[in-house]
Amino acid sequence: MNLSAFYTSTDHFTITPAIMMALFGCAILLFDFFPFLRQRRDLLVLLSVAEAFAGYGLIQQQRWISANGVALQGFDGAVTIDNFSIFFNWIFLIAAVIVAIASYKYLEVAGEHHGEYYGLILFAQCGMYFLATGTDLVTLFIGLELMALTFYVMVGFLRSDRRSNEAAMKYLLLGAFSSGFLVYGFSILYGMAGSTRLSDVLAALASRDPWNPVVFLAIATTLVGLFFKISAAPFHMWAPDAYEGAPTTVTAYLSVASKAASFAFLLRMFKDMPAPLLAAWTPMLSVIAVITLTLGNLGAINQTNMKRLLAYSSISHAGYMLLGVIAGNDTGLKGIYVYIMVYTFMTLGAFIVIVALRRANIIGEDLDDIAGLIHKSPGYATLMLIFMLSMAGIPPTAGFLGKYYIFLALIQSGHFTLAAIGALYVAVAVYYYFKIVRCMFIRDAEEKTPPLAASLGLRFAVGLTGVLTLAIGIYPEPFLRLALATLR
Amino acid sequence: MDQHLLSIVLLTPLAGLAVLLFLPGGNKNLIRVWANLAALAGFLVSIPLVTRFQIGRPGYQFEEFADWIPSLGAHYHIGIDGISLLLVMLTTVMGVIAMLVSWSAIQDRVKEYYAMFLLLQTGMIGVFLSLDFFLFYIFWELVLVPMYFIIGVWGGPRKLYAAIKFFLYTLAGSVLMLLGILTLYFQHFKQFGSYTFEISELMKLNLPLGLQEWVFWAFFIGFAIKVPMFPFHTWLPDAHVEAPTAGSVILAAVLLKMGTYGFLRFSLPLLPGASADRTIVQILAALSIIGIIYGALVCLMQADWKKLIAYSSVSHLGFCTLGIFSMNPNGIAGSVLQQLNHGISTGMLFMVIGVIYERRHTREIKEYGGLAHVMPKFAIIFAIAMLSSAGLPLLNGFIGEFTILQGAFEANLVWAAFAVTGVILGAAYLLWLYQRTMLGQVTNGKNLTIPDMNFREVAMFVPLIAWAIWIGVYPKPYFDILKQPVDQIVQRVRPDYFNGNTVRNAAVIPAAPHAGGAQ
Repeated sequence: MNLSAFYTSTDHFTITPAIMMALFGCAILLFDFFPFLRQRRDLLVLLSVAEAFAGYGLIQQQRWISANGVALQGFDGAVTIDNFSIFFNWIFLIAAVIVAIASYKYLEVAGEHHGEYYGLILFAQCGMYFLATGTDLVTLFIGLELMALTFYVMVGFLRSDRRSNEAAMKYLLLGAFSSGFLVYGFSILYGMAGSTRLSDVLAALASRDPWNPVVFLAIATTLVGLFFKISAAPFHMWAPDAYEGAPTTVTAYLSVASKAASFAFLLRMFKDMPAPLLAAWTPMLSVIAVITLTLGNLGAINQTNMKRLLAYSSISHAGYMLLGVIAGNDTGLKGIYVYIMVYTFMTLGAFIVIVALRRANIIGEDLDDIAGLIHKSPGYATLMLIFMLSMAGIPPTAGFLGKYYIFLALIQSGHFTLAAIGALYVAVAVYYYFKIVRCMFIRDAEEKTPPLAASLGLRFAVGLTGVLTLAIGIYPEPFLRLALATLR
Repeated sequence: MDQHLLSIVLLTPLAGLAVLLFLPGGNKNLIRVWANLAALAGFLVSIPLVTRFQIGRPGYQFEEFADWIPSLGAHYHIGIDGISLLLVMLTTVMGVIAMLVSWSAIQDRVKEYYAMFLLLQTGMIGVFLSLDFFLFYIFWELVLVPMYFIIGVWGGPRKLYAAIKFFLYTLAGSVLMLLGILTLYFQHFKQFGSYTFEISELMKLNLPLGLQEWVFWAFFIGFAIKVPMFPFHTWLPDAHVEAPTAGSVILAAVLLKMGTYGFLRFSLPLLPGASADRTIVQILAALSIIGIIYGALVCLMQADWKKLIAYSSVSHLGFCTLGIFSMNPNGIAGSVLQQLNHGISTGMLFMVIGVIYERRHTREIKEYGGLAHVMPKFAIIFAIAMLSSAGLPLLNGFIGEFTILQGAFEANLVWAAFAVTGVILGAAYLLWLYQRTMLGQVTNGKNLTIPDMNFREVAMFVPLIAWAIWIGVYPKPYFDILKQPVDQIVQRVRPDYFNGNTVRNAAVIPAAPHAGGAQ
């Protein structure tokens, strides 16, 4: 049953989850108009229904792929459903659900509880969907802009907070600038290939000399845009400001889902790059990765605001994932998938603990606010310890596995120096992650402060991410298989 | 029961920890009793290891094998040979004693304290049991976290600095070691087409010497920081001085042995080419000798009692590594025995300091003097501990140092000549310490009213003293246990050693004490 030649049932099947997100997102915006419908709890339910439909769509796609064993293209190759896209979409979905649950309490405490927020979560996820599935320059760009525009709004969501407004403005200006670079690169790529289809673009690149100036210009400008999105140095300056100013839940969403989506975008562009071209760019990428690791890790050392600290740490995580791209082999790709998976859980968990620290009159983002947490709420403190260990990559937590694959990939491809640099930065990272641990476990609380925000949703979210972070570390087999399937 | 004996030994502290978490935090004595019982249970379940261990049987015993992460080629594979048997027993015994030591010393956050100790115990035992590199690495890193907290929460005035320094030093070493492990892992895939972390599988690798040397240095950094060998030792005095008594005891007695054990279990058998390389051996022997003499000289000028003992560890561990890199049965067997001895003697010395620190809250040597008049029991116990550490014949230290020197002599006369000065200096700083603190007249009025040791305090020394005398008087069982694994290592590194290719070797082997193992 085809609606028209331009929208066949196959086309529909490939974007069902995105349609669900968009429709329900609009529904949330509409419901918010009517006073009798705008119970905030109902909006959360609405979001859950949307995610359930989206998840169902993903399961259907997964079934189709495992039954047929090939990727499915829709819209004449503009979107492609494969294990890669489904893996990333699950990550986005999990992140969106956990962020929505955590937001409910946070926005109430922050006094900025507005219905459209849940709609924005869905719109951003919709954009990410097209970043993971898009195989056409235009589709990818629209996906990116949909996600980015939504985030500009969400970062500035605390309207009465100057920091939030400032962060949104910085993020908007720099983001728009980087999008300009990206779209410039795309235009050159289109000029070379005569088509916006990614496969055509890659074929056009393969037929040219890697050092052809036009190819160089196209790749360089595209990379600038991509590096901005994954917050790789030297385009990382926005991250600490945006992370600090944004509502903590948005920070979590930004650092997890937006980064995962940007990596999906980057991998879509680069994982099938012609080998000579990739080899030509390896030295440049290596330098970028090392600078990213250096600035991220050294920047984090002196931070006293935990959100800023985690922002710098997320910059260094981007550096590690870039190392996986540099290795350029299957282990490297596997490493990035595993890394993104564990990064999702541990980062969400860490930010949710910070969400719980926010109380009526306490911002709860400084290291001082977490002092003596072990006495006040041992549960949160222990989970935060697990998240910090995992971020540093200490076994038996999940983070170790991500780093393990990255190091293995580097050794396989003979990048011993990069491996050693990456390994030594683990020790630097432990220093600043343990600043948080030290505050929680060793320092005493400054003064009497009210107990932490604890709703059922928060507890569920932080518990789930904590258990997963530990479970992936201790028995990683099923999770590794998941990431492995993505390669096929 | 025999099939799962090692798992039981490994998991008993963890089971104790699980129950401990549900005990009410306010009831300190209940927690103390439970933690002590858990540690005691950990020791009791490890006794069958000794009684059922078959001396001289090649290979590993009580082996357990299960798939863990098939897609990585990591297995739950544990087992022991003579070397790990001794170290596991040392760990379980010191576990019981460390719990006893903490009884009155730790007054706040008791529950967390004991929880950390039980976790540490599992980590340490796991390190000595693992026959799979991935599993080994997990336990190796697992040890860091509880030790960080033990130093950082219950330590002295500069605890934060000491704790993070300990953590960062060891971690930096171990991530580089991880790169070495991954190189072997990848080489195995290249040569045999499968990924595995099995030690026995990785031993089949045929590596070019250049690559072996790189991996050897990667391992070296990890292990040498842990031991600690000379240029990497600076974390040790800080960690020891700031840690609570039981933390120092475990740190000295067991944690440092993880490094020397790593050399014996991994560096030598996996990289025989690099380990036998003349240059590498000479560098390592030189570092060991520098450690021995430098550590002893630094001891001579310490004003802090605990710091003195901490630096004496650097010196004693220098003997252990020198023995290893003598690369002959005497050297290696002596090294393992000396590791055990160091655990017993230095453990006791740290406990001695703990006893006096609880009474006077200072570790300045000049605050003391003439304590033997006030605390006779204490004086006797300290004397035994001190003499066992200094290597007095009929006590354990003598046997270890003597065998190591025998091995060093066989390898290189000059090494032995330098190392002997370490023995002399060792006697000097320990006797001088004893003289300054215990002998003469009581010069400081505050010391006149110190109570002598109570029953619990004496009780925690008794097993260690008995053990020290046993090793000192009748070390034969230990050499019997060690003979098979040690010969295997030597055979692996120097395949021509036992062929009697030189007259001197042929003459030495039957004379060595370990060779008397009549079954």
